[in-house]
Amino acid sequence: MGLAKRIIPCLDVNNGRVVKGVQFVDIRDAGDPVEVAKRYNEQGADEITFLDIGATHENRDTMVHTVEKMASEVFIPLTVGGGIRTCEDIRRMLNAGADKVGINSAAVFNPDFVQQAAGRFGAQCIVVAIDAKRVSAAGEAPRWEIFTHGGRKPTGIDAVEWAIKMVNYGAGEILLTSMDQDGVKNGYDLGVTRAISEAVSVPVIASGGVGNLDHLVDGVITGKADAVLAASIFHFNEYTIPQAKKYMASKGIEMRL
Amino acid sequence: MKSIAVIDYGMGNLHSVAKALEHVCPDTRVYVTNDAAKIEASDRVLLPGVGAIRDCMAEIKRLGVDQIVADQMGKKPMLGICVGMQALMQRSSENDGVDCLGQLTGEVSFFGDQASVKEAHLKVPHMGWNQVQQQPHKLWHGIEDHSRFYFVHSYYVRTKARDLVAATCNYGLEFDVALARENLFAVQFHPEKSQAAGLQLLQNFLQWDGS
Repeated sequence: MGLAKRIIPCLDVNNGRVVKGVQFVDIRDAGDPVEVAKRYNEQGADEITFLDIGATHENRDTMVHTVEKMASEVFIPLTVGGGIRTCEDIRRMLNAGADKVGINSAAVFNPDFVQQAAGRFGAQCIVVAIDAKRVSAAGEAPRWEIFTHGGRKPTGIDAVEWAIKMVNYGAGEILLTSMDQDGVKNGYDLGVTRAISEAVSVPVIASGGVGNLDHLVDGVITGKADAVLAASIFHFNEYTIPQAKKYMASKGIEMRL
Repeated sequence: MKSIAVIDYGMGNLHSVAKALEHVCPDTRVYVTNDAAKIEASDRVLLPGVGAIRDCMAEIKRLGVDQIVADQMGKKPMLGICVGMQALMQRSSENDGVDCLGQLTGEVSFFGDQASVKEAHLKVPHMGWNQVQQQPHKLWHGIEDHSRFYFVHSYYVRTKARDLVAATCNYGLEFDVALARENLFAVQFHPEKSQAAGLQLLQNFLQWDGS
């Protein structure tokens, strides 16, 4: 009896619609974000994440309205990420009703931004998103690096060291996406998930590559994640949230049922 | 028309809590304000709060919210949420120690300092849905004991005044997540983010006569 592990459906949003790219390229339409969020809320999702994948100016205004609408109808925590670069971006999203914001590339280009943001808004609402890829060859000691630009650009930064640094700078949570897995449905990269989860004091959300319910279980049990994030398995009704929760609970994981 | 004042002292997003109140009671007028007259004229008061306690207490004092809270105490039902609850205590160990409003007996401590939390490798902040063990109180009406509520905090309350305790929770140690005294009720979790159970608690508060 205690704190439950969380299931977080992630809605990739572009121009006010939910989309999900497979390996960030192939886009399929999955509906109106507020309607999708309401459906997940009714199913018992523990949180919702909106990821703004367009991140143009017009798109940003649409996103603020979407967040306002969702926050008026759905009463579970909401994280908004994608294109968060300034304290003003954060303020707008929090005022619109977001509970947390995800900072990704902006943290890599300007780590001090994380410190400023946590100082101003509190660590509890600053989620640092990390896109990590394994860079060691087979047989070598495993090593992962931070990538930017949707996984195309390596930065040379060690993923585990980066996570520790971001927590020292005030991140209240780490959203870890293992890039080489994303969208291909082979499951989370459990090695980097566990390495980071064991290295930092704050909760870690595992993301990227979920294809079945065992992947969620592995993320928690082997990867030591505090929360699991998934998109397409829920968007296209392959599994429902209650199904996922019951299955995880049957494997001995504490869930909010 | 019934009314509730959500005290705005500039810390964090009050949109969610205001929307949740409107959602459960469409016939209640919700004011997000720090205007003493408006708060005085409201039937109920809600003291929210997020962020660091030093900044919260500084703004509370700068805007005279400490006096407003003291004036309203005992007059009408009041609900403190999260850092709003912590601000009502005597003192917090956050930011090297900060004196709080002292409306409730007890202190606020850091999870990360506790040996039992460290030994269990528990993450701080305590973030997510945890079970709440209730003590009898009208605000739990229609909410099953051990229901889960959404928490996000690194500091916790444990009071020696056990008669104040309306609920506890466990995260490496047992701590107090709801305190009640006369017409004051304070919770550590976020009812506005705790789906059905949280909305029920807010509805109960909007119907509570403070007894």
